[in-house]
Amino acid sequence: MIQKFMLSVLSLIWTSAASADFALNMPKGVTALSAETYDIHMLVLWWCTGIGAVVFGVMIVSLFKHRKSRGVQPADFSHSTIAEVIWTTIPVFILLFMAIPAAETMIKIEDSRDPDMSIVVTAYQWRWHYKYQDQDVEFYSSLALPSLKARVKSSGIDPFSVENYLLEVDHPLVVPRGAKVRLLLTSNDVVHSWWVPELAIKKDAIPGIINEVWFRAEESGIYRGQCAELCGKDHGYMPIVVEVLEADAYAAWIEAGTGSNK
Amino acid sequence: MADHGPARGIRRWLYATNHKDIGTMYLVFSLIMFFVGGTMALVIRSELMSPGLQFVHPEFFNQMTTMHALIMVFGAVMPAFVGLANWMIPMMIGAPDMALPRMNNWSFWILPVAFSILMSTLLMPGGAPASGWTMYPPLVLQTGDAFPFLIFSIHLMGLSSIMGAINIIVTILNMRAPDMWLLKMPMFVWTWLITAYLLIAVMPVLAGAVTMLLTDQFFGTSFFLAAGGGDPVMFQHIFWFFGHPEVYIMILPAFGVVSEIIPTFSRKPLFGHDAMVYAASCIAFLSFIVWAHHMFTVGMPLSGQLFFMFATMLIAIPTGVKIFNWVGTMWRGAMTFETPMLFSLAFVFLFTIGGFSGVMLAMVPADIQYHDSYFVVAHFHYVLVPGSVFAIFAAVYYWLPKWTGHMYNETAGKLHFWASAIFVNLTFFPMHFLGLAGMPRRIPDYSTQFADFNAMATIGAIGFGVSQLIFLYVLLTAKKGAEATDRVWEAPRGLEWTVPSPAPYHTFETPPKARIATEAFE
Amino acid sequence: MDTETTQLSNRSLTVRLVLFATGMFAFGFLVLPPLYDVFCEITGFGGRTNTTAALAEESPDLSRTVRIEFVTTVNNFAPWQFEPAVDSMTVHPGQMYYAAFNATNLSAEDRTGQAVPSISPVSATEHFRKIECFCFSSQEFAANEQRALPLQFIVDPNLPEYVDTITLSYTYFESKHVTRR
Repeated sequence: MIQKFMLSVLSLIWTSAASADFALNMPKGVTALSAETYDIHMLVLWWCTGIGAVVFGVMIVSLFKHRKSRGVQPADFSHSTIAEVIWTTIPVFILLFMAIPAAETMIKIEDSRDPDMSIVVTAYQWRWHYKYQDQDVEFYSSLALPSLKARVKSSGIDPFSVENYLLEVDHPLVVPRGAKVRLLLTSNDVVHSWWVPELAIKKDAIPGIINEVWFRAEESGIYRGQCAELCGKDHGYMPIVVEVLEADAYAAWIEAGTGSNK
Repeated sequence: MADHGPARGIRRWLYATNHKDIGTMYLVFSLIMFFVGGTMALVIRSELMSPGLQFVHPEFFNQMTTMHALIMVFGAVMPAFVGLANWMIPMMIGAPDMALPRMNNWSFWILPVAFSILMSTLLMPGGAPASGWTMYPPLVLQTGDAFPFLIFSIHLMGLSSIMGAINIIVTILNMRAPDMWLLKMPMFVWTWLITAYLLIAVMPVLAGAVTMLLTDQFFGTSFFLAAGGGDPVMFQHIFWFFGHPEVYIMILPAFGVVSEIIPTFSRKPLFGHDAMVYAASCIAFLSFIVWAHHMFTVGMPLSGQLFFMFATMLIAIPTGVKIFNWVGTMWRGAMTFETPMLFSLAFVFLFTIGGFSGVMLAMVPADIQYHDSYFVVAHFHYVLVPGSVFAIFAAVYYWLPKWTGHMYNETAGKLHFWASAIFVNLTFFPMHFLGLAGMPRRIPDYSTQFADFNAMATIGAIGFGVSQLIFLYVLLTAKKGAEATDRVWEAPRGLEWTVPSPAPYHTFETPPKARIATEAFE
Repeated sequence: MDTETTQLSNRSLTVRLVLFATGMFAFGFLVLPPLYDVFCEITGFGGRTNTTAALAEESPDLSRTVRIEFVTTVNNFAPWQFEPAVDSMTVHPGQMYYAAFNATNLSAEDRTGQAVPSISPVSATEHFRKIECFCFSSQEFAANEQRALPLQFIVDPNLPEYVDTITLSYTYFESKHVTRR
């Protein structure tokens, strides 16, 4: 009993003490909303840890004190309306404490006014297609060659020798830092889902339907994600790479026209 | 009424109408399915032991994840609880048998047929279904020859469940001993009554959904095909309208089992019996209005997200009430820790952890990150394995002496418990971290930063699998132990403990006084 | 209860429960799909715009502009080229506009195609009225035929003020069976 409890607590503590390298916890990400998302996650995690500590604490005390081998006589009480009322009402308030910040974040997420640019993201079995609206830029984005070779069954290639194994593509999605980027998602065939943890974005790409989501990356860098809806045999092999560049570097990338491979 | 003993040979089982025999068959079938589904899990975990693809092709991997889920949900967990219901409900309410014994026979025998059909798809061109047990279109329509067989076997399973549920409701409502008014019934019976209503309400909806898949594929309809004016998202809504109550169908009887066992081994009445009944009813009602929390990333408008988030958080309240009541039962009792109690206590701890991850999943912004990741896999395995499955183990250990007339091997039972408990945590706890770190679900291979926790989970899975052989040993040697008394345990409550062990082939052919059921033994 | 009464009660309760189960099947199969459609229509959830012609009532609101973006997709590698004539337009709510889409059957056989519209954001769905749209019916194409497909629309002035961009997406499908439910 104790072992299970201790394991749980320790693991939870590890979570917050984890180094970025080992990537145990949700990333804080690089957008204002990804940080709010992280905060909601930590809020509910700590509440659950706290409630767990209390409930499991009471259980553990009981397991030691109220055992027959200690010679105790069992009590015979069998109900308490006051207790039921208390432990029904208090959780309601706890949930409210969590629901309100969550709702506030949700409202901000839905506010897609005034985007700086739009990109149509089309999911295929098994790669992504990006088309920048109002620019002559569109291209497919597929699993990069080193991963493609190594992923083959019994390929003999050690995945640890492949950089960003299964998380690298030939043509990443390139966006400027600080711009409000609107993504329009749809699919060519089955339901897929576009997920980049550091942008806290996950939205389904459904054939016949257009879905809208937006982000504003505050830090330049490379952010990796994967398809997040089972879409057939290579569901695990259609990653997403978003490269956030400074405004001038982005302008240069557009100029260079390397993004046009229909 | 002439008391003929059981029929001889295969006729006894093929033509069984006795609730004890049918209960036994359900439990044996469920155990076999548990090992089949467990083997598939080991195929999955073997492939996921390290990065790189070593053992199976991605297509086959997807077949394994799909079949593992279908078999565990419809072949192991649900039939096990139905088996327990068949064995115990008539005895617990003082009835001679189930209300509809011949329909009971069909309810069972449909299952081996359904699962033979499902398993046979592994050998068909295109292989077994590989679109996940959730069968989302359009992907599921890419299934090969197996497709109509998948639909047919699901129809059969649904029919079995519906017939079983009807039987249970009619038995409970019509055949209780006199003086056993509803609120006097044991919790296992109550939770099954509620579960049975849920089953009748939602299994037909699943049948409707898969029928629509069938007609879209073969008969020119466009329920879910955008080309013809249909909507793939509608399937998700209809499926999860079934799917969410389904998970409560899988846990409510577990709540009932634990509510029987903890009082017995605490030597104290269940705390808050009436509150427990109301809480279970609340959970059942709320389970109908939360389905879209499985779909937060589908493109739902804000109002929908808010509604389903709030409704889902609400379910935590009656669930919490139940947990507190179990602790209240333990508190100031005089506990001993035989195997049924160990599994029940582990249930309370570990199901609660699963419940916590459930509350986390309800928070929409955070769910954007958790959805379709290993965090979800961790959540539902915590509530299903150390949740439902541990409750089934607890129930089997608890009632086995009543069924066989002998005490099972307690040392082996405890060994089974400790091994299972340790390995189940080793298997599923790391999955929380994997999900948080960004590993999606239903993938056969992963990036190298996920390697360590995956290896841990695989070792845990292998350990857990091997531990179940101890359970098999306990069952095979079940009749070797000392003879059991009627009461078996020191202070159980309930009519089942007033009949001899093993329970005679026919019990309560005349109704007992229910007064006996609710009084504690001295 | 004596055995006979019990058996009668059992039978009647069983019948009622069977009816309940059958009713739930009917609910899932016959009621939920139309209910879903009605719900989508009333709320605008799901981004489904009108699929039959809306009435043309012009009452231009010149104080406000909305950007309309056009997105086209061809489904499942069907052999069509399908593009909007312009990627986007800036419009006044309440005023009628025309937009064209160019579709070419790239194959050497006659084919029928069907466009399925979808709108984002959801709050704009009810306010984007198509007066005339090629998506109201399927189109038959001869081999290699190219056609201009017309769209005539008005953005309702009641469009919520927080919506400044509406995306209209068409997915073009090979139409094997044009069964509208």
